[in-house]
Amino acid sequence: MTAVPADVLQKDRRRLRVHGAEIGDRIYEIVTTGCALVVPALVIAIAIAIFAAAWPAFAKLGLSIVTSSDWDVANGHFGAAPALFGTLVSSAVALIIATPLAIGVAIFLSEFSPTWLRQPIGFLVDLLAAVPSVVYGLWGIFVLVPMLREYVMPFLRDRLHLGATPFFSGPAYGPSMLAAGVVLAIMALPYISAVSREVLMAVPRSQREAALALGATRWEMIRDAVVPYAKSGIVGGIMLGLGRALGETMAVTMVIGNRPEISASLFAPGYTMASLIANEFSEATNDLHLSALMAVGAILFIITLIVNAVARWLVWQVSRGRVS
Amino acid sequence: MKTLRARHMTSGAMIGLTYLAAVLATLPLILILWHLLKKGATSVSLAFFTNMPKPVGEAGGGMANAIVGTLTLIGIACMIGLPIGVGAGIYLAEKRITPIAHAVRFLSDVLNGLPSIVMGIFAWEFLVRPAGHFSALAGGAALGAMMIPLVTRTTEEMLRVVPVSLREAALALGYPRWRTSISVVLRTALAGIATGALVAVARVAGETAPLLFTAFGNQFWSTSLRQPIAALPLQIFTYAISPYDEWHAQAWAGALVLISIVLVISLAARFVTRSRFGAPVD
Amino acid sequence: MMPHVVTPRPAATETRESAQPEKACIVTRHLTAYFGETPAIKDISTVIPQLAVTAIIGPSGCGKSTLLRCLNRMHETVPNARVDGDVEILGSSIYGEGTNATAVRRHVGMVFQRPTPFPTMSIEANVAAGLRVDSIQRKADQKEHEIVEEALHRAGLWDEVKDRLTESAMGLSGGQQQRLCIARALATRPRVLLLDEPTASLDPLSSQKVEELVYQLRETMTVVIVTHNMQQAARVSDRTAFLLAGELIEFERTNQLFTAPKDPRTEAYITGRFG
Repeated sequence: MTAVPADVLQKDRRRLRVHGAEIGDRIYEIVTTGCALVVPALVIAIAIAIFAAAWPAFAKLGLSIVTSSDWDVANGHFGAAPALFGTLVSSAVALIIATPLAIGVAIFLSEFSPTWLRQPIGFLVDLLAAVPSVVYGLWGIFVLVPMLREYVMPFLRDRLHLGATPFFSGPAYGPSMLAAGVVLAIMALPYISAVSREVLMAVPRSQREAALALGATRWEMIRDAVVPYAKSGIVGGIMLGLGRALGETMAVTMVIGNRPEISASLFAPGYTMASLIANEFSEATNDLHLSALMAVGAILFIITLIVNAVARWLVWQVSRGRVS
Repeated sequence: MKTLRARHMTSGAMIGLTYLAAVLATLPLILILWHLLKKGATSVSLAFFTNMPKPVGEAGGGMANAIVGTLTLIGIACMIGLPIGVGAGIYLAEKRITPIAHAVRFLSDVLNGLPSIVMGIFAWEFLVRPAGHFSALAGGAALGAMMIPLVTRTTEEMLRVVPVSLREAALALGYPRWRTSISVVLRTALAGIATGALVAVARVAGETAPLLFTAFGNQFWSTSLRQPIAALPLQIFTYAISPYDEWHAQAWAGALVLISIVLVISLAARFVTRSRFGAPVD
Repeated sequence: MMPHVVTPRPAATETRESAQPEKACIVTRHLTAYFGETPAIKDISTVIPQLAVTAIIGPSGCGKSTLLRCLNRMHETVPNARVDGDVEILGSSIYGEGTNATAVRRHVGMVFQRPTPFPTMSIEANVAAGLRVDSIQRKADQKEHEIVEEALHRAGLWDEVKDRLTESAMGLSGGQQQRLCIARALATRPRVLLLDEPTASLDPLSSQKVEELVYQLRETMTVVIVTHNMQQAARVSDRTAFLLAGELIEFERTNQLFTAPKDPRTEAYITGRFG
């Protein structure tokens, strides 16, 4: 055994006091924090930009932006009620169509699907979210709309006699609220389905086994034990889909007909806020026009903000409550 | 009280309905792909990739400028979206449950859910209005802003998967914290992060709305950042709503190209980060 | 080259009886480590000798790993963890004013319970990882490749990997990976090597190889090893410390602690009355 020579001890003593990494850590901290803060900064900047630009229109026109149907650029009337109506109705139709399908698929994948089929089908459904909206629009114009016009609408109106109701009446031009609803349904489907699938799969086995042990049929087990457990997550998923539908621009613009009128019939062409902005923004003639469009954008911003915030909160609640 | 038989029949019927739902849910994608192939495949040729748009009546038009335009816009978007997204992702992975981290995560999801046309308005307000003209820069910036929440999310998820023991091993060797994060943790998660970045690129490459009044589109060849620039989705839109059959055919071809890119990237991403349905996570 | 045969080994402390009085390597003074408000180790003051193997034993949760991690300032990497008191290594306080945790860790090597090779690096790069952080570590007259080879030799891994140094470290078996981690720690020529239950996840043959390695290392460095395996402590160490509920109960030459412990709690533990 040899003693450690004194001079090495000296060197060690010096070395233990070497700084060096602190500057690196500092810079690293600042850079990553800065990047993270860009996110809230961006959200705030967007809000300020839109509301500041929208303010003149709100100040001058007040509530008439959302209550009046008179959009008359030349005379300074900017009533976007048809657009607001269209946004809400097309999204509602989309949810009515998409929700049962999405939850059905989610239940299928989490409960009944053979293992080998799970990934392919899950993938195909998720892929719907990756399709660009302009592609949906293109398909909508040349495939969906003619199909609606020639087969589905006459079927609904005449065969099923739904034409007696105001919702399915009127001439079947093709481009319509119904077309927009169908396209939006396809676009919202993957969002609802993905979240639902995840929360359903997270329901503990014990819940399922307990229900079955009590003599429930498989469907009853799902209805009474599994789905209620996953309820808030599923609702969160539906709201995510809603958020998607509310904000969609291109696909809707291409199939809704772009007519600023409020109508009870789903066969009638309509308008949405996003379409309104898309169609008129680049040609806004005067400041008030532009400001009015910004105001519509601001309303859209608020609505989607609230819907998305609630959706994320619901989904977050589920993942927090989950014992993983 | 329903009889056992009735309950079982109901159960069978409902289960059947879920099978039906599965079929109906996968149908649209297959239909769309089928139509894209049917109507677009004939128009996709070498000329499509190399030629400029031609006036109606002349044959052999292409979308070369739009393809290059999309690539340019993606380039700008990546330069903005990737560094900020990865940086924010690192922050979130390290600061996990602090209040600021919660807020950033939440707002990132909110940002993700904003309508893309709102992003377009935002970019217009800051980059087009002051400049007085449309530009590729504005379009790229809008897309870049859209990329940030996507990249942030996937970066954070990929970094979380790296075991703490790896970080400890590096620290114990005398790696400073910043070097541990970058040379060890980030490096280990790199494949997943790169995949997430690619998926984000695929998503914004297909966006049209934010480009409507930022990049604006251009029938001519341009790669200048300060000028309006063509983009594949914009071109598809313009052609689709036009009254000309030839342009319709071109639109289908463009859509086929666009969705092929998106599909390939999505498949590759799935492959690299196998998870969820039973296969091991990398 | 280690023979893969169990050779009877003279008891660790017997060869040392005639040694010079032990010089202190690590000195702890009223060392207390907290997780939040809860102390995991309480007021530990002790002296760990140089060029010897010191084992720390005790039941689960007694704080042995925490104590070990205080010796290279790893304890504080856990959120809400802090340390009171001081630790001196070779005369220099590692918690003193102006000391930097990163610098401390470059002089103290550590091997963890689970093998942690860096997955994106080759075997060679893994071993050299500690060198690449600080150029001072590298001796001026030695090239990196030589250092890597020497470290792998010392860890008893050279023959098994010499033909695949550029391959990924993930292709090695568990025992090999752990020896790789030891080589990685040895490459920077630390004065102190800390081992936290290094054979806990290894098969018996690999465990034996690691133990033989530890036994040899005392010639050039101070080793502190935490182990839940009392027989292992008896086999490899010169001195053993027994911890219970965060307190240092007894610290003796290994031979003495295991044959004639002074404290009844020590005796109860080593005779298996509690685990």
